[in-house]
Amino acid sequence: MTVSDTRPASEGAGSTAPAPPPAWQTWLRASTTGSRTFSVLVTAVLLVVLFGAGSVRYENFGTPQVVLNLFVDNAHLIVLAVGMTFVILTGGIDLSAGAVVALSTVMAARMLEAGWSAPLTVLAVLATGALLGWAMGAAVHHLQLQPFIVTLAGMFLARGLCFVISVPSIPIRDPAFTSLATNFVELPGGTFLTYSVFIALTVLIAAMWVLHRTRFGRTVYAVGGNENSAALMGLAVSRTKVGVYVISGTCSALAGLLFSLYMLSGYSLHGIGMELDAIAAVVIGGTLLTGGAGYVFGSLLGVLVLGTIQALISFDGGLSSWWTRITIGVLLLAFVVVQRLSTRSAGSSG
Amino acid sequence: MTSARLQPSDGRDAPVVEMSAITVEFPGVKALQAVDLRLFPGEVHALMGENGAGKSTLIKALTGVYAYDTGTVTVAGEQREFSSPADAQAAGISTVYQEVNLCANLSVTENITLGREPRRLGRIDRRAARERARAVLARLNLRIDPDSTLATHPIAVQQLVAIARAVDTDARVLVLDEPTSSLDADEVAELFRVVRALRDEGVAILFVSHFLDQVYEISDRMTVLRNGQLVGEHRTVDLPRLQLIQEMIGRELTTLEDLERAATRQVPPGAVPRLSARGVGRAGALAPVDVDVHAGQVVGLAGLLGSGRTELTRLLFGADRISTGDLHVDGRPVRFRTPRSAIARRIGFSSEDRKGEGVVGDLTVRDNLLLAMQARRGWLRPIPRRTGDELVQRYIRALDIRPADPQALLRNLSGGNQQKVLLARWLLTEPRLLLLDEPTRGIDIGAKAQIQQLVAELAGEGMSVVFVSAELEEVVRICDRVVVLRDRHKIAELDGADTSVDDVVDLIARGGRS
Repeated sequence: MTVSDTRPASEGAGSTAPAPPPAWQTWLRASTTGSRTFSVLVTAVLLVVLFGAGSVRYENFGTPQVVLNLFVDNAHLIVLAVGMTFVILTGGIDLSAGAVVALSTVMAARMLEAGWSAPLTVLAVLATGALLGWAMGAAVHHLQLQPFIVTLAGMFLARGLCFVISVPSIPIRDPAFTSLATNFVELPGGTFLTYSVFIALTVLIAAMWVLHRTRFGRTVYAVGGNENSAALMGLAVSRTKVGVYVISGTCSALAGLLFSLYMLSGYSLHGIGMELDAIAAVVIGGTLLTGGAGYVFGSLLGVLVLGTIQALISFDGGLSSWWTRITIGVLLLAFVVVQRLSTRSAGSSG
Repeated sequence: MTSARLQPSDGRDAPVVEMSAITVEFPGVKALQAVDLRLFPGEVHALMGENGAGKSTLIKALTGVYAYDTGTVTVAGEQREFSSPADAQAAGISTVYQEVNLCANLSVTENITLGREPRRLGRIDRRAARERARAVLARLNLRIDPDSTLATHPIAVQQLVAIARAVDTDARVLVLDEPTSSLDADEVAELFRVVRALRDEGVAILFVSHFLDQVYEISDRMTVLRNGQLVGEHRTVDLPRLQLIQEMIGRELTTLEDLERAATRQVPPGAVPRLSARGVGRAGALAPVDVDVHAGQVVGLAGLLGSGRTELTRLLFGADRISTGDLHVDGRPVRFRTPRSAIARRIGFSSEDRKGEGVVGDLTVRDNLLLAMQARRGWLRPIPRRTGDELVQRYIRALDIRPADPQALLRNLSGGNQQKVLLARWLLTEPRLLLLDEPTRGIDIGAKAQIQQLVAELAGEGMSVVFVSAELEEVVRICDRVVVLRDRHKIAELDGADTSVDDVVDLIARGGRS
């Protein structure tokens, strides 16, 4: 509750207080938009610091191609994190994402093997992801079930389906897929990007546009802020809540396709724990797990932070790859603590 | 009492809303029985009644939140039945609820325009949206930055934004459900200015409040409900206060006057206080405070919203960690790390946030009553069914909980009755000290008097009570000692017997020691 009796009596109740000293500081710390922007800034600074440290410590780390490789190696994770951001913004969670990635790789590999054309395969995989997402969203909203449990069930279902389709890994030999996977876009300075990166960035930009410029996007924030209020304001809560899971399912399927390009195989054990990487990226990117505040751009930065840690450890060579996990764990904890502190100082006081 | 049919003051218009013979039933509770309500354009209409009289139900039947079983609703001459709040809004009926129902994480502009933003080619036209928000704020003569985040504004401003949202839809009817319960006097004045401006534009306003002064200040007519039935419709000028109160509670106001205090209980010199706080404080929440509570004493905490009243009770109960100072119970030092340790010392605490931290709406009255007692016994020793039933029956009768049905779901009870259940729950554990944070907020006069009476009786039996209330009159009337807080500091401690409300107000206003 806000302390309402400390304002000067001459002020009308409807007026905002005249800007108290450093306005930008108040904005950053006290307003939700501000504290979210602040979180994204912190993540950006962290990214620069990590990368800078790597450049100093290791030869050849601070080259443009290493930066670009962060995108190349994590294109699928960017797409996954974008979908996850939608769900988390409404206060939900999607644990099925990693399993849907695996299902998509297996489905794609199996269908291509059976002679389906590449475009048809892509469509079928995306539709499956969307359908799974829709089913989970409908269960969450209409049956009022916990997102955690519904998407956990979805995770088992998708992972199980992988094994039904194929237990061994299936290689992908379709010419369209292989050419997309092996061809690069040459950039000046002898650097390159894969097509996957452009797809991931397109998804990212589309997501930013949807979240900030459409009624659906704003309703996502409203539902995350206060679902009950959103309903009383007459907003389309049910369409929005189901919609975010459809988006997350579709993004997971697309991430799976990008991952199948990256690996050129479909395998039931792909993407184990990948949903947790995506959630970690979203949280490190400053999105509140309780919903209502955060940016997809932050999630991109989150993915890049994770990628940089991985790159640092692989450059070192002497460290076990499990150090990646440990570092991510520590970072995640630190970020959640920072979030807690920042919402506490911005939040209630009465 | 018969329903007096009156024309509006100047008799120029037909009612914009006419609800007739509305009946709403919930499982086991008849919430409304054949109630009529008429709203005329350009008029502020107060809906009066005790808690549980059916005001909220009637509003929800009007705005499409609840379906009604029988009766008709006519809006602007057309018979309508709304199936959702959005439906009612489309017909020009907007509601501002007691708890501001907006999204605090979004900007003021978005809160005003969300769901009907101006769009261009499928995307939101932000500039047009901001202009529209600016226009409606200007229409209400409010200086609020449309780009600011709603959460950065005090609750009063949020309420005004909610009204701006409501009238942005060309509302013909504006329902204000307890809009003033958390506002201070200046903020109420600002709200009323806006309400009057809208009334003069021809909007029909339905106003619900527990504050009689405000009702008399703002309303032109009123409809009085009692126990789900219509008692009468009156012009405000024709209805003296005493008669209104009698209509609302259906009995003479003897209880309130009976409470004229018994002589202050004197504490024998040298007695060891039951609870003693020395320099108890918490960084950022409360400056160090000394408080003593003796056996059979009622100690009141007086102060404005945000003065530290709630913080102090929470510290005494161990709900928040104490960062400075010591607590003593019966002279022995104690350290409450969690409420459990306070409960073990037989201290009870009823939170001001009844819904969030008190009752469990989905359990029955019986379950809610026995909850704390069971927790105290430990979960391995269930309360025998018959003992439980007897206790529940006894307390339902003693506290006059209505409906007197142990199996009724708690969320179907009115606020006052929920509060009584909460009190009874603690009484079952036979506490030696009871901390009551705003036990009478948002409940009607009848239940309020019963709760005050109960506090006096409990103290008479030797229980110690810490009583927090925003209503100074209440604090001064029932407390033996009054601790005055301001801006998170204790500024005075007064003897209840020779203290008047004016003394306390004066202290708070001057902020100094007397």
